[in-house]
Amino acid sequence: MTVGAIIAMVFIIGGVFFLTVSAIGLLRLPDFYARTHAMGKSETLGTMLTLAGLAIYNGWELATLKVIFIIVFVLIANPTATHAVAQTALHCGLNPWTLKTKDQPQELPCECSEDESEEPEERQ
Amino acid sequence: MHSFLLGVTVFIAIVTTACLYRVAVGKTIFDRIIAAGLVGTNGFILLLLIGFLFERIDMFVDIAIAYALLNFIIMIVLAKYFERIRGKSQ
Repeated sequence: MTVGAIIAMVFIIGGVFFLTVSAIGLLRLPDFYARTHAMGKSETLGTMLTLAGLAIYNGWELATLKVIFIIVFVLIANPTATHAVAQTALHCGLNPWTLKTKDQPQELPCECSEDESEEPEERQ
Repeated sequence: MHSFLLGVTVFIAIVTTACLYRVAVGKTIFDRIIAAGLVGTNGFILLLLIGFLFERIDMFVDIAIAYALLNFIIMIVLAKYFERIRGKSQ
């Protein structure tokens, strides 16, 4: 096993750790604004580390340049998309989680809500 | 190195399958969008790893670029769509 393969393994293990942290955060954190941390930060870092390890393992080829392009694109695009969705949620009136409101169900006041329980009343 | 990449691929696939819980259950629609974006991001990592396993990285990296671009466009379009719904309701 060459030195490059060992460095690539270290990068990939670090990336897989951050991807696992991201998945646990998405499943366990209490509300939407907390879950954006899992998508915006740890997912980006885990993706970049994993793809950097794969690029080091591949050596100097054209495919490596494309992998580096994906790394730069994920670095720019992933937090941007997460920020856009979080801004839309804030404009729709989704309230952040606090200790006082943690027992109440999270509801959207406007028509962004996916809850369609009001439709039968309108038909009557 | 081949068995190491195979183990990493299986592990990321299991983690991604666990994230599908948030897509199916998620309390609000935005949780579903975020979780779908995370599943898409893990998806093209899996594509690149499968490319290394099959030793056809020159083909799979192009598909991974297309997946990354589509994943970004989907999230931006959904954010703009729900922003427009809010504008109509007020």
